[in-house]
Amino acid sequence: MIAKIYFAVISIIASEGGGSGLLSVDGGLAFWTTLTFLILLFILGKFAWKPILTALKQREEAIKESLAQAELAKEEAKKILAENQASLAKAEEESKKIIEQSRAYAENLKQQIINESKAQAQKLIDDASAEIERKKLAAFDELKNQVAQIAVDAASKILKENLDAEKNKQLVEKYIKEISKN
Amino acid sequence: MDSLATHLIVDSLKNKQSESGGSWILHHVMDGNYLDFSPFGKIYLPHLELFGFDISITRHVVFMWLAAILLTYVFIKVAKSYQNSLVPKGSTNFWEVFIVFVRDEIAKPTIGKGYEKFLPYLLTAFFFILFGNFLGLIPFSATFTSNIAVTATLATMSFLVIQLGGIRNNGFLGYFKGLIPHGVPVFLLPIMVVVEVLGLFTKPFALAIRLFANMTAGHIVIYALISLIFVMQSYLISPVSVGMALFIYSLEVLVALLQAYIFTMLSSLFIGMAVHQEH
Repeated sequence: MIAKIYFAVISIIASEGGGSGLLSVDGGLAFWTTLTFLILLFILGKFAWKPILTALKQREEAIKESLAQAELAKEEAKKILAENQASLAKAEEESKKIIEQSRAYAENLKQQIINESKAQAQKLIDDASAEIERKKLAAFDELKNQVAQIAVDAASKILKENLDAEKNKQLVEKYIKEISKN
Repeated sequence: MDSLATHLIVDSLKNKQSESGGSWILHHVMDGNYLDFSPFGKIYLPHLELFGFDISITRHVVFMWLAAILLTYVFIKVAKSYQNSLVPKGSTNFWEVFIVFVRDEIAKPTIGKGYEKFLPYLLTAFFFILFGNFLGLIPFSATFTSNIAVTATLATMSFLVIQLGGIRNNGFLGYFKGLIPHGVPVFLLPIMVVVEVLGLFTKPFALAIRLFANMTAGHIVIYALISLIFVMQSYLISPVSVGMALFIYSLEVLVALLQAYIFTMLSSLFIGMAVHQEH
């Protein structure tokens, strides 16, 4: 089918022939084509292709560069993150240690205070006991003297005798001794 | 169905040819000295001469200039938008896809080291052909890339770029010595020289013919399908004609993109071969 059409077309072209056929090259048109194309090539080359291709190249380079930079920044960020994590772990360790230390110190202090206060209390108690003992002894002596006086007074009142005080005292003591012996 | 359609197309072509002593299809495909807005009329273009040489402004010249103006406008705008910020916005994104495609998929792999020098030519050629191809798909317009004079000129440009690139990179003598592969027996040298020199010219020749034929063929088929309606003198055939023409038109959109790519790709490939001859 195509072949038949082809031959029909060819026969037309062939029959045209001469100066106005489909396959004849028109010099005027060739001249205009050359002129138009060369001017177009010059204008486009100078005002279109050059800036466009430069811009495209620039853009490609910019993209390439920013990609590389992004890669670099990513790397940097990773490094910083690792660093941060390390320092965080270190700080945690440090704080743990500090807490531990302070706890131990507090414990120590507590024990010390307790001990000290215990000792102080003991001392107070001891002092108090000694004082009490002393006071007791003093009171006892006083009492003894007073009792002796009272007894003398009472005996002198009772006897209503004008006895020698010395003799009386000796007598009372003799009685007291006898009493305490019993 | 297939053979019937073929028969009809062939018939229609023959009929039209006999009717007008030429072909109305070719009138639409070929260059002319008027802008065709039929049925609304025609705008005749001025006739110019330079030293007795006919340089009339023709239909294809007008559309070539239109493409050139569009190209200049679009890409200077794109260039300006990069001045404001390196981040593309709006239509700049769209055009950037093509520019980066030409740079990374066409020039870089085929030319390799030193491809930047050839980028302006390749980009200009790519977009010039691309805009020409797509302009041709607009109703009432003409496809200047379907004119052999235009494609031959473009191919000549490619040829010059290829040779100059090769000579610049390898030196004048080095380049022509490098054309002949290493290790060729001495008695084959005369033949090889002829073959290689011929090869230099067949490459751009193929470029010219390929672009011209691809851009012309689709249009001729569309016109032929539409002409079925008139040949059969029946409205009943019009859904078939229009449907198939629409299909071919969609195909043309693809071809328009593809041919711009192929022309640029092959030019780039030949430049690469000329610049780095060791491969």
